[in-house]
Amino acid sequence: MSDSLVTIENVSKKFCRSLKRSLWYGVRDMGSELFGKSNTNRALRKDEFWAVRDISFEVKQGETLGLIGRNGAGKTTLLRMLNGLIKPDNGRIEIKGRMQALIALGAGFNPILTGRENVYVNASVLGIKKTEIDRRFDEIIDFSGIEEFLDTPVQNYSSGMAVRLGFAVAAHMDPDILLVDEVLAVGDVGFQSKCLNKIGELKKLGAGIILVSHNMHTISTFASKVILLNNGKYKTYANTSEGIRDYKKIFDNIDHKGIEKVCSGNDKVNFYRVDINNQKLCPGDSFAVALQYESSLLYDDVEIDIAIYSSNEQGLHFQATNKAYNQKMQIMENRHELKIEIKDLRINNATGLIAVTIWTKNRTEMLFWWRIPVEFEAVKHTTGNNFLNVSYGFD
Amino acid sequence: MNQTKKLAKVVYTPASQMRTPGLLIRSMFKDLVGSRELAWRLFIRDVSAQYRQSILGIFWAFFPPILSGLVFIILQSKKVVNFGATDVPYPVFVLVGTTLWQVFSESINAPLKSVVMAKPMLAKINFPREALFVSAFYQTVFNMLIKSVIIIGVLFIFKVKITAGILLAPIAVFVLILFGMSLGMFLTPIGTLYTDIQQGLMMFIQFWFFVTPVVYPPPQTFPYSLIATLNPVSPILMTARDLITKGQFSNTVPFLVISGLTLLALITSWIIYRVTLPILIERMSA
Repeated sequence: MSDSLVTIENVSKKFCRSLKRSLWYGVRDMGSELFGKSNTNRALRKDEFWAVRDISFEVKQGETLGLIGRNGAGKTTLLRMLNGLIKPDNGRIEIKGRMQALIALGAGFNPILTGRENVYVNASVLGIKKTEIDRRFDEIIDFSGIEEFLDTPVQNYSSGMAVRLGFAVAAHMDPDILLVDEVLAVGDVGFQSKCLNKIGELKKLGAGIILVSHNMHTISTFASKVILLNNGKYKTYANTSEGIRDYKKIFDNIDHKGIEKVCSGNDKVNFYRVDINNQKLCPGDSFAVALQYESSLLYDDVEIDIAIYSSNEQGLHFQATNKAYNQKMQIMENRHELKIEIKDLRINNATGLIAVTIWTKNRTEMLFWWRIPVEFEAVKHTTGNNFLNVSYGFD
Repeated sequence: MNQTKKLAKVVYTPASQMRTPGLLIRSMFKDLVGSRELAWRLFIRDVSAQYRQSILGIFWAFFPPILSGLVFIILQSKKVVNFGATDVPYPVFVLVGTTLWQVFSESINAPLKSVVMAKPMLAKINFPREALFVSAFYQTVFNMLIKSVIIIGVLFIFKVKITAGILLAPIAVFVLILFGMSLGMFLTPIGTLYTDIQQGLMMFIQFWFFVTPVVYPPPQTFPYSLIATLNPVSPILMTARDLITKGQFSNTVPFLVISGLTLLALITSWIIYRVTLPILIERMSA
């Protein structure tokens, strides 16, 4: 017996963008299905697209496959096919063993009924016998950590509580294959770590796991290989960190010369030359900007603001002004050079923007504002957006 | 480790399930057996949730057949309409009739309602799909048992002579439920795609009520007699009513024919549901 639990060969699946058409195609597909015609190899009809195209892989015992890709890349579609909910339009899927999907936690919960009653309902939906649940009831409740609310209707639960209960039930059926689709994002940190431990436990028992997550830390912790889905194409990586690096590159749409020059001076001062040492940085490097200017005025006590944004501009890696370093700065008359250097960068594995802003005293006027796209290369064997100096030792 | 365990193998391909009928039928019956516990759970879940959030509770089961029965009793007694003579007192005839009709109309609606309500579950979890129909059947039977209180009450109030024949009545009622459910199951696949089916069904059942001898005895003159002969629900309903009120089998041949057809319809609609479900699920959550 081969120890391959999941084998997927050239699987494709198409979907329809328009609802009205989708329903009508549904009627036609039902017809051809009933008359024994398969929908194999049929070309795309109007408004259809390939959600998953020609993908092959296998998952062996004890192996964890990380499925990554942007929203709409086909990850969930693939899991639904594996779970037998929908049929592939092409190819072949072979599953060996009991499969459990941690996809819809708490599906089948009735809001009016209490948590206790819903545990039994949910368990039977997942195919667990009542005797089995009776035996492990305390274990499940203990795992969920919601003993106090056990006799409260589920409609009064917070979404996190419902998910906890759902996960607790689903995780206690000892599957051979586990599908996990980003369900852990709802719970709090304590529960998330509990879930991840449970997944690790199942992995140790030899379960094959397929993990979908946008959390690269989760992926790098558990996955032994990674499949990156992108625009209907896919790539398999035996090296997880390479896959994660390529995943991050999808979001990296920066034109490397695309410096945004919001402001380079006014009629009194002109920054006529700006030199940047490097737009590609590794942890430990320095980022230096040299500004040459010509001014007709003396600006005393200017504020120089440095910020490093993550590429979506919502995250902020770092921000400080010269005040933080007790440095008094001024812009003097005539031609001079201003130097700014960020030493020993600790940002890892990310793209972002370094914004340099110069304000007059009390921030009444902006004299200079450039936003420079940069790329922070990843150190091998790391994830996360910071790289810290760690020393190891033993007695 | 799992090495010692023999792992069950499942294969999913695009090929139509109709190509492997043996496998299809086997997996259908396997799932039917496997769905018993789940169906029971779903039934308990739905019934307890239904009554927990209601003050009048069981009253809602009695209300519709009694109300529509009363309307016709009043119309008939005030001579607004004249449906002709019935073998048993008219109130008995009509109340038993409307109760049975209510059971029938619930049986038609039950499968589609059950599947539509379970959409979120169907879209995300692979469970024996038969459970939805089985639990719908349990619910219909449960509601029927509640309604049988009306029938028993009517028989007592009007001092109808009870004979041993009434013991056969459950068989006829059972056929009535299965006949309704098989129709509902036929409509389920298309009904989950288009809401028109549920809407249309409501209207159709209302119309059907008037062309079935529920509140009037079967007409004898052509072409109105077709109501009794061509309408498939007539022989079942009339047989059930005769067994309850008179304790005797009437319409034996049509009843047996319809019973056979019911069995056939049940299996056909089950196959259709089973085969088309993956396609429906695909469209459900698109």
